[in-house]
Amino acid sequence: MASSLDIAGINKRFGKGDKSVEVLRKVDIHVAPGEFLILVGPSGCGKSTLLNIIAGLDEPTEGEIRIGGKNVVGMPPRDRDIAMVFQSYALYPTLSVADNIGFALEMRKMPKAERQKRIDEVATMLQISHLLDRRPSQLSGGQRQRVAMGRALARQPQLFLFDEPLSNLDAKLRVEMRAEIKRLHQASGITSVYVTHDQVEAMTLGSRIAVMKGGVVQQLGTPDDIYNRPANTYVATFIGSPTMNLLRGAATGGQFGIQGAALNLAAPASANEVLLGVRPEHLVIQETAPWRGRVSVVEPTGPDTYVMVDTAAGSVTLRTDAQTRVQPGDAVGLAVEPANAHWFDASSENRLA
Amino acid sequence: MTAKPSVFPSVGRLLVYGVLALATAFFLLPLYAMLVTSFKDAEEIRSTSLLALPGSLNWSAWGTAWSTACTGVDCNGLRPFFWNSVAMAVPAVLISTVWGALNGYVLSLWKFRGSDTLFGLLLFGVFMPFQVVLLPMSQVLGWLGLSSSITGLVLVHCLAGLAGTTLFFRNYYAAIPQELVNAARMDGAGFWQIFWRIVLPLSTPIVMVALIWQFTNIWNDFLFGVVFSGTESKPITVGLNNLANTSSSVKAYNVDMAAAIIAGLPTMVIYVLAGKFFVRGLTAGAVKG
Repeated sequence: MASSLDIAGINKRFGKGDKSVEVLRKVDIHVAPGEFLILVGPSGCGKSTLLNIIAGLDEPTEGEIRIGGKNVVGMPPRDRDIAMVFQSYALYPTLSVADNIGFALEMRKMPKAERQKRIDEVATMLQISHLLDRRPSQLSGGQRQRVAMGRALARQPQLFLFDEPLSNLDAKLRVEMRAEIKRLHQASGITSVYVTHDQVEAMTLGSRIAVMKGGVVQQLGTPDDIYNRPANTYVATFIGSPTMNLLRGAATGGQFGIQGAALNLAAPASANEVLLGVRPEHLVIQETAPWRGRVSVVEPTGPDTYVMVDTAAGSVTLRTDAQTRVQPGDAVGLAVEPANAHWFDASSENRLA
Repeated sequence: MTAKPSVFPSVGRLLVYGVLALATAFFLLPLYAMLVTSFKDAEEIRSTSLLALPGSLNWSAWGTAWSTACTGVDCNGLRPFFWNSVAMAVPAVLISTVWGALNGYVLSLWKFRGSDTLFGLLLFGVFMPFQVVLLPMSQVLGWLGLSSSITGLVLVHCLAGLAGTTLFFRNYYAAIPQELVNAARMDGAGFWQIFWRIVLPLSTPIVMVALIWQFTNIWNDFLFGVVFSGTESKPITVGLNNLANTSSSVKAYNVDMAAAIIAGLPTMVIYVLAGKFFVRGLTAGAVKG
């Protein structure tokens, strides 16, 4: 049974009076049953604190956490029916894998036979049946990760919480476990909240993403929203690699221009200066284009090649296919499709139109 | 390329071993002298050198020290004092170790506002000279009706040792990741279940350290023993002192030496049996999952 989760008006301050530090400000997120919500942001943005508040390991200064419509603030973690996967896995070192997976069930006084059955099911699902008698110290990183997942799955909780579960794995294993988590979520359908600082994990796993910075949710939306309609320059540059190019210019009479650069695009009317945002894959080399620049660095990555170009409007990065043959020092023309342009107010840094 | 280890130790190595052997001999010599003296009779002690081996293994001094030597007016040897010490040390060691483990568990894994300050204050207990608390402690024991009793001594030793055992466990548990406790809380375990099922099973090395440390301190204690005990509750250290100071015309060195070894034997045995845990516990690092 999937439950909904409401994060309603959560404020969190550490310390008291003048010295208090605000870590979360007015966080409001509704998570529908079965949804996979990602909290993403740099370290110190408050995402882990928010997760701990949902878990009951920390209490909010103000606001409510509702699971299935019921406010759980003030309720101890054990009564919230939430399972959590930790970054360090937090497996119990002196217990066997089977006992690790069954620990929560034992604490809930489930009869031994039933518990054993549940452990076996989970172990089969995660392909760790052959490891059940081992101690955590005898497992590899990927195996520990699976056991930690198994411990959460065996509970069949109302809510799954993940605290950067993949950041201790090597790159190859991370991709593998990412797919595994997605598969398990699809199979179990349990509402999940997943904290990460990795934008790729955020984009691939999330049904919705909350991008956080300084304790404030900058944007909440589907991966498509976040990528294609970033709410401000922070979100625009945080998601996407290489990061979005931002060019400052004036938008007078609905026309964007930068002094000295032959770059002219129709822009939303604004009294202020504006920022033009263009993702690297939307910048194309076009020999006849009037906006000129000189190639400074070429980075082949295999499928794509990143090209850095110095122009009068500033230095930009573009992504091209591996067939593109340019050399540092080459003079090139650059073009942007108007549909691919993102516009931000230069002072508020918020999206225009 | 690594250098091939030579079959012959280098000069430097030999020098190190030489110094170590000398140091060992230096520290073992008193024990050796005590041991050989305890097996000699009065005549042999007078006529042979301190380090000479005894002519035969004569156990009579040991028998005297254990059951018939005079300690003041009584002449029952060290035996009653020995059992007093056992009755005092065993509960005091166990209680102060478990209590310290609980304190350490709270102070490192269930921190509350002011817990670090509390720990700082507790540390005073480690460095405080115990002479300072003799009078108030005696007053408290009087109020509790525990004056001159073994139970009173157990209480005193528990309190005196608590700061030390708390320090041991607090620092050992500081290496246990908080996430482990959080995971157990999410899994539905409470304060005590986490302690018994998760934390205590990780504590073997530091439990050994605390047990050895406390046993050595409590068994060897003289100050509390001489101040707080009554006629029937004197520990072995006090008994040994009385035995050695009860003078007849001739000093019975063989009996004194046997008595001193009897008094020191339990701590030596414990260290020999569990010493490797002691060293391992003191150097134990982070607890890895």
